[in-house]
This record gives sequence, structure tokens and C-alpha cells, in this order.
Amino acid sequence: MNSGLASEIVQLTLEHLTLVLVSMAIAIGVAVPAGILITRRAAWRPWVLGFANVMQTIPSLALFGFLIPVPLIGGIGKRTAIVALVLYALLPIMRNTLVGILGVDAAVRESAVAMGMTGRQLLWRVEMPLAARTILAGIRVATVTTIGTATIAAAIGGGGLGVFIFRGIASVDTAQILAGAVPAACIALAADGALGWVERRLKADR
Amino acid sequence: MSAVVEFRNASYRIGAREILKSLTLTVEEGETLVLLGRSGSGKTTALKMVNGLLFPSAGDVLVDGTPTRRWEPVRLKRRIGYVIQEIGLFPHYTVAENVGVVPRLEKWDAPRIRARVDALLRQVGLDPEQFAARYPAQLSGGQRQRVGVARALAADPEVLLFDEPFGAVDPVTRLDLQKQFLALRRDLGKTAIFVTHDVREALMLATRIALLRDGALELVAEPRQFLTALGDEARAFLACLDWKVDPQ
Repeated sequence: MNSGLASEIVQLTLEHLTLVLVSMAIAIGVAVPAGILITRRAAWRPWVLGFANVMQTIPSLALFGFLIPVPLIGGIGKRTAIVALVLYALLPIMRNTLVGILGVDAAVRESAVAMGMTGRQLLWRVEMPLAARTILAGIRVATVTTIGTATIAAAIGGGGLGVFIFRGIASVDTAQILAGAVPAACIALAADGALGWVERRLKADR
Repeated sequence: MSAVVEFRNASYRIGAREILKSLTLTVEEGETLVLLGRSGSGKTTALKMVNGLLFPSAGDVLVDGTPTRRWEPVRLKRRIGYVIQEIGLFPHYTVAENVGVVPRLEKWDAPRIRARVDALLRQVGLDPEQFAARYPAQLSGGQRQRVGVARALAADPEVLLFDEPFGAVDPVTRLDLQKQFLALRRDLGKTAIFVTHDVREALMLATRIALLRDGALELVAEPRQFLTALGDEARAFLACLDWKVDPQ
């Protein structure tokens, strides 16, 4: 392997990681509060989950394409790629937040209320700690998916390891495809392992 | 003696169904009033109106002379201890943390909470050395219920509510817990409202028994008087005591 390719792998890997980290930070920041909100407002559930569901059903390449002509969030480049990745990641996180909180034993919730916890105390001292593992499982699924989907960002000029893959496909160069695919797969495995470890640690606390 | 809790024509309905029909009843300081009735007689509904988990559809429930609606909800609940059959211990908290929940909400300092938790665990018959650091999943049903009682007592509430607290444990453990209840009452003299469908438990623990049937109050009587009550529903419950088992 020549040093040019090696340094390009490092550079695109970092770019890929940035795409994933920024997207996941935004997705968590949106989806967890939204998930909490719909535990309190049952009437909003079908709308909010429906929106996230529809986003997931759009083929990823099409979603990237759809966003290009949209003003403010669209166009060519990283910003559009991040918007698309966020839209993809919303559903698993939101759904697991909802399921995790609703899954808290009714007797536990009733006790908390009867002991005079405020709504906020109920959420932060009881519901969130008990739902944490389920929410984290959603984040784990979303992260691994995002790492894979982020390779398509290269199609709209978002950069990342997809650059190798698209270039490799265009020039029928297997080495190039592998230079993108192998690091992406390694990142996905590492993220899955790390988040899985945290998940098990949370379980061991009880 | 003064009224700590007072039901004044308190009714509760869901849609057209009237679960509690104009209940009027006074609970005096220091007594253990047992609400006795079959499933669906409205006894749990009546209990939940005392700490504001439910509010009457008509009429009032007064705590310390103030209608529950006019109480600040959090203040009312923190003055009233609540023990339920499912216990509802927080699975992510240790025994000590569970017992210390209300004192923590009330912002007691750490040494005071610890001293209080240790004293309470001893009071309900659990050695703090052995149990304080355990999680609820590591306890037996009877031990969990003891922790539930200790938790309800933690911030020294004025009134204690019990909703069939010993219904889900084996009969031997139940008798232990009932004896414990009597010992605590002797030591603490707290006002308590206790819901049960077990007439034996009612006779054992009550200073007065209020019998509910289909949401209406049938009679209020001291246990001794209850034994000779003449109403159909009272006789139906007392028949449970008379039934002799004849092994084959």
C-alpha cells in the first residue's frame, strides 16, 4: 500500500467519523426529547412516529437526492448529508425512548407520584434511569446504521469513506472499494462493541 | 381526638359508572380504619382520594380540615405514606436509597438520612448492615414489603395508607407482617387507613372497620361489634371465618 492511499484512508475515515458523530449528536438531541414528549402526549404519537417511519422508508440515495433542492438545509455537501443521516437515525432512538419509558412498571410510577415526586423528578430519577438501557439500544442501532449509510453521503459531495467506494465502482477498482468498505465496517463493529459494552454495564447496575 | 381525614359525600364516577357513592366517613387521629370490601367495592378508590391520586367527582375529602383539591399536590403526598400490594420499590435504587427517597426529596442532609434509614430498617426488622446495600431484586417478597413500609414511614408522615399490602405474600410471611404492623402501631401511634378484602386481617388490625359494598358504605363498627353485625354483606364476610376445613 502506498503512503498516498494510506493518508487518504486516514483523512476520509476522520471525515466519516465526523459525519457520524455530528449526525448522531443532533439525532439524539432531537429524538430523545421527542420520545419523552410523546410519552406525555399520546395523541401526538402516531404523527411523530409516522413522520420518523416515513423518513426511514425512503431509500437512502433518494433521500440524499431529495434534499439537494431544499433551501437552507439542502444543496451539495456535508450539511445536506448530515440532515439526511439525522432523519434516518430518528426512528430507532425515538421509538426506544417511548418504549423504555412506557415500560416502567406502573406500580413503580404510582409509588413515585404518591411519594410526592414532581413530573420532572419522576422523569429524571425514575423513568430515565430505568429506560436508559432501552434508549441506549436504540442509539446503538441508529449509530451502526448511520455508519453504513454515511458512505452514500459521498454521492452528494458529503465526503467520507464513500468517496473510495463510488470512485472504485466508477473505475471498476476493487482495491478502492475495499479501502472504503473495510474501514467503514471496522468503525461499525467498534461502535457496536463499545455501545454494547456500555449497555451491559447499565444492566449490571441492577 | 380529632379528624385527620374526612370524607364528605365523596363520590367518584367514571362515565356513567359510579364507583364510590357519596361516602361520608371520618378517620380519627391514631386509629387504624380498615376499609373492607369485595373486589370492585370502591375501597381502593376511596384510599387514593386521600393522597390526591384521585379527586372526588362530587363532594370532598378533607385532610387536616382542608379539601384535597386545595392542597398543593406534592405537599399533600409527602405528608402521607403509601404502601401498595405491588410495593413499587425502585429497582435501580438500593434498599437504603429506596427508604431515603422522600427525605432526599425533602432535602435532608446525608448523615440525617442515613441515621433515619438505619433506624427504620431496624424498626421493620431488617438489619441495615445486611440489607442497606442490596437491590430490591435480591430480596424476598416479605423483605420487599418491609422495605416498602419503611419507605412510607421515612419522612414521618402524618397518615399512612395501605392498599392490600400483604395480599401477595405467603400466609406465614403475611402473619409476620401483620404482627409487625401491630408492633409499629403500638410504637408510633400513626393514623392509618388500610384496605383489605380479608376479614381476618381486618379484625386483627382494625380499630374500626368500614364495610363497603358496590361503592356504598354498609356499616362502620369496631371489630368486636363487627363480629355480631347483622347485615348481609357483613354476614357474608364473617361466614369466611366460620367455614371449617374438613380434610378428606
